[in-house]
Amino acid sequence: VENVRLLDRLSSRKAALGTLYLTATHVIFVENVSETRKETWVLHSQISSIEKQATTATGCPLLIRCKNFQVIQLVIPQERDCHDVYISLIRLARPVKYEELYCFSFNPKLDKEEREQGWKLVDLNEEYNRMGIPNNYWQISDVNRDYGVCDSYPTEVYVPKSATAHIIVGSSKFRSRRRFPALSYYCKDNNASICRSSQPLSGFSARCLEDEQMLQAIRKANPGSDFIYVVDTRPKLNAMANRAAGKGYENEDNYSNIKFQFIGIENIHVMRNSLQKMLEVCELKSPSMSDFLWGLENSGWLKHIKAIMDAGIFIAKAVAEEGVSVLVHCSDGWDRTAQVCSVASLLLDPYYRTMKGFMVLIEKDWVSFGHKFNHRYGNLDGDPKEISPVIDQFIECVWQLMEQFPCAFEFNERFLIHIQHHIYSCQFGNFLCNSQKERRELKIQERTYSLWAHLWKNRADYLNPLYRSDHSQTQGTLRPQMAPCNFLYKFWSGMYNRFEKGLHPRQSVTDYLMAVKEETQQLEEELEALGERLANLQKSQLNDNKVKCKQQDRSKQLGLSTSDNSLANTPQEYSNDLKSFPSRSPSQGDEDDSALILTQDNLKSSDPDLSANSDQESGVEDLSCRSPSGGGCLPSEDSGKDSDEAVFLA
Amino acid sequence: MLRSSQPLTGPNRKRCREDEMLLGMVLDEGERGFIIDTRSAQAAKQARMTGGGTEPKSSYPQWRRLHRPLERGRPLQESFIKLVEACNDTSINMDRWLSRLESCRWLSHVKAALSTACLAAQCMDREEASVLVGRGADGTDTTRLVTALAQVILDPSCRTLVGFQGLLEREWIEAGHPFHLRCARSAYSHARLKQEAPLFLLFLDCVWQLSRQFPFSLEFSEHLLLTLFDNAYASAYGTFLCNNEKERCLCKVKESTHSLWAWLNQPGEKKKYLNPLYSPNALVIWPSVEPQSIQLWQGLFFRWIRSSQYLDEAWAEIQRLVQGN
Repeated sequence: VENVRLLDRLSSRKAALGTLYLTATHVIFVENVSETRKETWVLHSQISSIEKQATTATGCPLLIRCKNFQVIQLVIPQERDCHDVYISLIRLARPVKYEELYCFSFNPKLDKEEREQGWKLVDLNEEYNRMGIPNNYWQISDVNRDYGVCDSYPTEVYVPKSATAHIIVGSSKFRSRRRFPALSYYCKDNNASICRSSQPLSGFSARCLEDEQMLQAIRKANPGSDFIYVVDTRPKLNAMANRAAGKGYENEDNYSNIKFQFIGIENIHVMRNSLQKMLEVCELKSPSMSDFLWGLENSGWLKHIKAIMDAGIFIAKAVAEEGVSVLVHCSDGWDRTAQVCSVASLLLDPYYRTMKGFMVLIEKDWVSFGHKFNHRYGNLDGDPKEISPVIDQFIECVWQLMEQFPCAFEFNERFLIHIQHHIYSCQFGNFLCNSQKERRELKIQERTYSLWAHLWKNRADYLNPLYRSDHSQTQGTLRPQMAPCNFLYKFWSGMYNRFEKGLHPRQSVTDYLMAVKEETQQLEEELEALGERLANLQKSQLNDNKVKCKQQDRSKQLGLSTSDNSLANTPQEYSNDLKSFPSRSPSQGDEDDSALILTQDNLKSSDPDLSANSDQESGVEDLSCRSPSGGGCLPSEDSGKDSDEAVFLA
Repeated sequence: MLRSSQPLTGPNRKRCREDEMLLGMVLDEGERGFIIDTRSAQAAKQARMTGGGTEPKSSYPQWRRLHRPLERGRPLQESFIKLVEACNDTSINMDRWLSRLESCRWLSHVKAALSTACLAAQCMDREEASVLVGRGADGTDTTRLVTALAQVILDPSCRTLVGFQGLLEREWIEAGHPFHLRCARSAYSHARLKQEAPLFLLFLDCVWQLSRQFPFSLEFSEHLLLTLFDNAYASAYGTFLCNNEKERCLCKVKESTHSLWAWLNQPGEKKKYLNPLYSPNALVIWPSVEPQSIQLWQGLFFRWIRSSQYLDEAWAEIQRLVQGN
């Protein structure tokens, strides 16, 4: 469709005119401006909702909201065209079959072996070995090898040595969705462990010998403690209500040596609404500080993040400080349980704070343990009530921790943002379907590519320059301040306002420090090489020519690195041309960097939004529209009689 | 950029030829100027009843007036006190923290101050127009906040350690910000003095917001801002004593005390106040004043409440990386 306008969310005057294309996998807007022909690409999988707004004199507006929080506003001149686009997008954004998803057509031009290698990058067996299993207390069980016991669990589960197949099967019959207690994390220093399951089908008075034996087995696997914690991550009221439906929670009287604890985290519906409300705050035009803070509080979002974090902290403390094992569950054991177990693991074990370790953590607690990616993130069209930002919340917990402990993580914010992006993008096969069983049936590994391999290949972009594996902050358990700490939870504008460049610090400290680090490393290598040559020179005669050549190489090399450095920390040429400011346009690329234009090739080999923090220019804020006096720019006696003034102030 | 107090127009719309000539001389033929009045339009109107007022358009034809009300005086001090109370209150749940923060209004004041300073800067830089910032009864408080901030935004030399000190001397100390009155007891005192108001702190907070948004552009670190805050209220040095130059002369401040700047600028001390990421940036720095971009200055308001260990370690690491290079 031609003559479509792409509006800037914050300033409706800054509209770009161009052509809109719909392909099998993307919506593409290409600007008419011939020098740049800037492109905006949106994957259909990313589309969360499409809103057709009332036709105005200028055309028919269409608002596209994405799961990665990008909001695109188009104005299509003809109502009929707008309607066609709307209908098409509705269909395209709601695929019915897996084969419609991008990952089945995505081609990064790797051969079959490379694809396989990519999938092998993260190996959970290796991970459990790293933890120290199997050992005297824990072993691998193949009781679920054909998914016969629990179809949402992996084929390989780790259980206490004393848990026989009979006990496991018996316990699984007493658990919601058959999700029996299984190992998530084992701490070899003190034998404490974190196990996870779903709720017991205890109703008001039902009991199950094997389930009780299972919990005993977990306790016995930790000789250092004579009890285990059972943590129910639901609010007490919800758990009690479940009893009426024949489910519920563990009765301390029936299970010997458990200490039961509720740590209330709300359910998926509350979280879905919370995010919705928060995004509405983000969409406010020129909000006051008041509007923003009230709106944010009203959404309850940060409160929920803190609840998840607090639960993780409780469990980490139990394991690290008390040396007591913990069994965690919620209702079905695939949402809050996953969040809480992975936060706790991250706090406990520095390995999960490395890039590789983090990938392993997600594979372990989310992918292998059957988190319902398809239902939660809408790979396919499904029940809207199943949609919920569960893993988004976990990813935000990690970011909050990164802000509190800047040296403790090997990876940076961009890593988290790209992972979130790809959970929704369906460009890679890792996060498809609802369980390992479904993924194997679809032969995901043979037909799609692994995100982990892609991220690993580009890992230089994701490093945290402040991380040093020998730094004190990276050792051992992380201990976030418990209270008072409300203020420690910040609004993550890097994620929820990701595409609004004007909001973020214009200069990326991360990129600059990485460049500095690299240059230092290069110089040190230089120094070493020169030192060696000097030693050689002193030993034997070298002819003049050779030495001269080396010198030339060195200066070329230095020249290259210094210019990279200056790119990284010197803002671009400042001009009066409005166009060259970092507009708050919802496009995905940095308009001044042609390498970031999203061509098909680029998308296949790199991630869409590479410029989240690299915008160097100090741009103009159209400030008068954000005056504290609210909507209008000027009080009536001064209102724009002078047209020049109106232009700059309005 | 000019600073002044309000014209004494009064209810009878008095005029003053000399004042009109003075303002006229600032602008060339055909040029335009902006007057940024830090009172609301209504407050300005009311001021006329008590002898003050605004420059009538007919007498000052080349000047356009804009109103950007900024809080000052008692309400600002109250805002500060409430914020400090909220920060110290360990009983607040996450459910109510943000609304409590909002009710202090401090961040709204920061947003308003930054926006107004940016507006002044925008007038000068984009419109190439002169700006007159006024007013308040004595034109000292909020006008100063705006002009000083606008300079940090516009002028790279004000962002150097030496330049910033110069700015403080010029815009705050020599220009007669009544430190003695304004920075008397701070937030914990029950005394609620009439003249006390944390304008200087508001300025420092705004500068901190700039440093956060432009981490490479200020030569000095947060540590300097915290030190300035401390010394404005209680100091071993005479720099922030008294209310104006006249009083300082009378009290013989220069003869009987030491200067904070002299101490700060000693080579051994100086490095503590430098920003390791500093790289001279000749451009104007335009901050975002969206609510998401304005944050609570944790380094100041939570200074004694939470450990800064991990952040300090991060800065030490940054220092190490940069120096190693």
